[in-house]
Order: sequence, then C-alpha cells, then structure tokens
Amino acid sequence: MSRERILKRIQRNRPPAVALPDVPAFAPPSGARRARFIAAVEEAAGAVVPLEGDVGAWVQRACPDARGVAARLDEAVPGAWRPGPDTPPEALAGLDLFLCKGTLGVAENGAVWVGEAAAGRRAALFLPEHVVLVLPCTALVDTMHEAYRRLDVRAAGFGVFIAGPSKTADIAQALVIGAHGPRRLTVLLR
Amino acid sequence: MKPPPASTDHAAAASAFLADEARAGWHDRALWLVRRKRDRAAAAVPEWETLRTLASAVKAHTLSRLDDYLLQFEAQARANGFVVHWAENADVHNALVYDLLCRHGAQRIVKSKSMLTEECGLNPYLEARGIEVVDTDLGERIVQLSGEPPSHLVMPAIHRKKEEIGALFHAQMGTPEGLSDPAALTAAARTDLRARFFRADAALTGVNFAVAETGGFVVCTNEGNADLGVHLAPLHIASMGLEKIIPKAEHLGIFLRLLARSATGQALTVYTSHFHRPAPGQAVHLVLVDNGRTAHLGREGFRDALKCIRCGACLNTCPVYRRSGGHSYGAVIPGPIGAVLMPGVDPERYASLPFASTLCGSCTDVCPVRIDLHGQLYRWRQVLGRRGRGGASKKWRMRLAGAVLSRPRLYRMAGATLRFLLRWLPRRALGPWGRHREWPDPPAERFGTWYEKQRRRS
Repeated sequence: MSRERILKRIQRNRPPAVALPDVPAFAPPSGARRARFIAAVEEAAGAVVPLEGDVGAWVQRACPDARGVAARLDEAVPGAWRPGPDTPPEALAGLDLFLCKGTLGVAENGAVWVGEAAAGRRAALFLPEHVVLVLPCTALVDTMHEAYRRLDVRAAGFGVFIAGPSKTADIAQALVIGAHGPRRLTVLLR
Repeated sequence: MKPPPASTDHAAAASAFLADEARAGWHDRALWLVRRKRDRAAAAVPEWETLRTLASAVKAHTLSRLDDYLLQFEAQARANGFVVHWAENADVHNALVYDLLCRHGAQRIVKSKSMLTEECGLNPYLEARGIEVVDTDLGERIVQLSGEPPSHLVMPAIHRKKEEIGALFHAQMGTPEGLSDPAALTAAARTDLRARFFRADAALTGVNFAVAETGGFVVCTNEGNADLGVHLAPLHIASMGLEKIIPKAEHLGIFLRLLARSATGQALTVYTSHFHRPAPGQAVHLVLVDNGRTAHLGREGFRDALKCIRCGACLNTCPVYRRSGGHSYGAVIPGPIGAVLMPGVDPERYASLPFASTLCGSCTDVCPVRIDLHGQLYRWRQVLGRRGRGGASKKWRMRLAGAVLSRPRLYRMAGATLRFLLRWLPRRALGPWGRHREWPDPPAERFGTWYEKQRRRS
C-alpha cells in the first residue's frame, strides 16, 4: 500500500518540530476602501458600477442588446430566467448576461467571493459572456486575511474569488481578455 | 514513463537556444518585464516581507508535521465526499488515474495545468492507452499541439513567438494562414476548446493548496479553464503533491497574497476556486502523490525546496534562465527551483543543473516562501563535486591554482610568465568562459613591485 509506505517514510525523514506562527493583524492601507476596491477591479480589467436604482433598469440601460439573460437575485430582472442546480450547461453557454449576488469584495485585489448557492450552478459563473456580481458596499474588506476570517469556505461547498474577466497572456505575453470564460465582468456596488 | 537515461547538458542546450539571437533577446526581455511587474505588485503591499517570512514558517511547520496534516486532510476530505488515494510514485499515480477513467467509462478528458502530471508523464501514459487528453490552459495547449514540454511553470509557451503559434494553429485548427494576432488566435482556441469542454467525460486538475482542517482544495487559474472542465464533467480527478498541504483556511490568505503577485504581478489570479464538496451527481477523486517528495524531506539542507508554491518568480529573475530558455534544463521543473529539485530526483542525469547559475542570489531575493535557492545550488555543487560530477577540468584547474597560490616563488614566476604570455596569446581565452571574452591587457609590472614603489614615494 502506497499510503502506509508514504507515511512511514515521512515519519523517518521529517525535520524537528517547528512552531506554527500566528498571523498578525496588519495595519489597514490608507485611502477609502471603496476607492481601493474599484481601482483593483479595474486593474483586473473588470468594471465597477455604483448602483442607485434597481438592477433591472441598469440592465436595460447598460446592456440593451443582451439576448439571453439569466439572474439569481432577490429582485426581478425583466426578461431574465432563473438558473438552478438542474439547468443544463448548454443553456448557460448561450447566455449574454448572468447576474447573481456576491458575498464579499476584497479591496486589495478586486476579488469578489461567490458561493455555489448564490450562483445556482457552478458552471453559471464561467459559461456566460458577461457576468455581473451584485455586491453591497458594506461587504468590502481590506485584505484576504479579513476575507477568510469572515467566510466559511467549507460550508460554501464550492466557492470562488473572481477578480475580473477570464484572461490570458500565453501568446507572446500579449494580454487577451476572454480566454475560456466570461469576456466581461461587472460589479454592481450598492 | 521513465525518463531517458541520458544526462542533460545545460550549457550545450543553452548554446542551441542562443543561436537565435533575436529570439533569445525577446525571451530575456519578456521575462524581465514580468519580473518588474512582480516588483511593482510586491512594493504595493507594505507587509510583503512579513508575508514571505510567514509563508516560509507555515510551510516549515507543515513539513515538520506532514504526516499528521496529511491524515487530517484525508479524514476531512472524505467527510466532504471526496475519494482520497495515495500514490508513492508516478507509475502508481498514472495507473490509478487510468483505472478511475476506465471505471467511469471516460474516453475523453480535459486537463488544466498541473506540473505534477507533467512530472508523472501522465499524458503519454493515457494516450498510449487510447484516452484522448486535451490540455486546456492556452499555453499548455500550444505546447501539446507542438509536441513539446512546457518551458516555464506558469507561462508554458513563453519560448514561442506568435507567428509560430499562428502557423501551428493554421496546421492543427485550420485558422487562416498568416494569422498571428494574439486576440484572434486566443479566440480560435476558445471556440475549439469550448466544444471539447462540453464533450469531456472527465476533468483533471492540479491543486495549488490543500487545507488540512477543512479537507478542501484550491485551484488557481486566469483563464477559467480548470473550472470549465470540472463543472461540466461528471468526474473530477485532482492530483496533488504531498507538499501542497497547509494547516488552515486562514493560511490561504498568506499564500494567495503572495502567489499571483510573485508569478505575474497580478494581485490575485482571476479565478481562485475552493472545492469542499462534489457537485450534485459528480465524483471527485484526490490523488496524493509522493514521487520522491518524502525522500527529499530527509535531505537536510535541501528539504526547504518542498516549500515551493510554483510561482515561477525565480525563473523570471534568473539571468541564466532568461538567457537559456526552459528547455535547456531538460527537466520538468526548469530554472533555479528545478536546479535544486531535479538533482534529488536523479543526481546523475541532472548533474549539470546546479552549475547553470551565477549564484547571484536573485532567485532567493524574490522567492515568496524564502527558499535559500542559491545556497542550495551551492550545496548541490559540493555534493555533486564529491561524486565526481563537478567537471574534471575544474578539478585539475583548482588543484593547479592551489599549488601555485601556496608557493610565493612559484606564484611570482607564474605572474611574470602570464604578463609576458598575455601579450602574445591568441586574443580569445580557451573554454566556454572565454568564448565571448578577450584577454585583459597585461599590467606593466607586478602588484608587489608597484606597491613597493608607492611606499617608498610616500
């Protein structure tokens, strides 16, 4: 059995005990957290839109040409259907626009945490052309340390930090937005 | 798959790379640009140096209790609904993966980037058994289509120019001839791979971090290819080296702040996916792979290399890597980190790698987990030298130098001889060092004479 042999070898070869360090609390960076978050999302080629009215009006205003629209929000979005765990991926791949709730935004890197419950189906975050995450500005934290203090990543089942749209620089180091996943990523902040 | 027995000769392979001066120059500049992006990203985090120290200490702690954490991880991962397997070497790993694919009737698999499966030679193993394997990271897809190994840990196709990739895509995917625009080529690959994601029976991924306390694992990509693979396929197999384990989810904060900034200068990868439960109707299998890691754990002075999080920062900064290309190392892991890991795998075959360095220490300066890379390179030279792998010519030259330097009269005579000879020798020095260098102009007198004169004058 590989397992027993591996464990035996580790016990034979492992170094003397080293203590686990505590992670200190780091001083928060200067500047407004909200402004830092917006700058970080934009740095990651995403967009942040401060939202005052309702989401449906924003969709009609900002994405009038979006044909397939799906949403998992508390409020209604005109013309949108609601994907769930049983939605076939083919239906998600045809979407121009998918909107769902983000749990938490990280100012240092512009990442938004989305759990599978919010997305309905895991693939819904990766197949549509344009993913829109709706985030209350009270859900912003400074650093990843703070994010992990607030999140229960295990209870989420599946969860992902999303920082901007899918991208690659694998061909001659030229940045291309829209590698395999969404070509656009918008955070609606309210 | 056993590696061929031939030993790698870094210097010879590097000469081949350097023959194309324009390409070598481009490679050097492109990687230096990434290094500078890393510097900017690091400078933007005031606690950067503290984070490096913490990351190194967390890994040191984890390695000192590796068996405990692996057992904790195994138990928690099982509680999460994952199936956990152990593989002591590449053969066991490959056979295990193949068996899983057979049991699920999987014929077509999509794979996201995993240096571990490269190390195990999984692709050729599965292809020889009739499985269709598609690498989905764009860079990995490029090197897969061109039938070569990746040349960098995070930028697998950095050695290829866009025109070459255009020609490759034209031949393999039918893109228009002469097309070399990166955006257009990426779009073509996207269309081609989308269809393959939907057809796949199984998805294979690597693992960036595995959390002992929660039994979950984290996979980082910029393209979203790992997620598209695993969220569409009924079977997810994740292969991880034993050293990927960290104690708690809170430690992810430390490592994720360091990883992307060190790798590409991004604050975070676009997708940092946390897996703690299979999706409804999906099977998730985790394979914990040793393949030499437990042996390396026992090598005091070298075990710290197991802290590596595969960011590639040491490659981007290395003056030798930048000017010799990843393939010149003839190893799955190139660059400084490869040069300290690979001799542990096979000291005979990879004997030339620790010598492919100037010992400038730049790798150590940028390493996010503070691996003493240049110190290890130096120590490997001692080990390999004792085994007679330091190069015979170096040995007799050192002995000669020792003999001359320890005898003042002989030393003075040698100096006078050299001062005379330097005037008449052919302009180029002998050996690889002299290929690009000229002899210096000989001084008119020896230092001792000059010094005596100065002293008398004052």
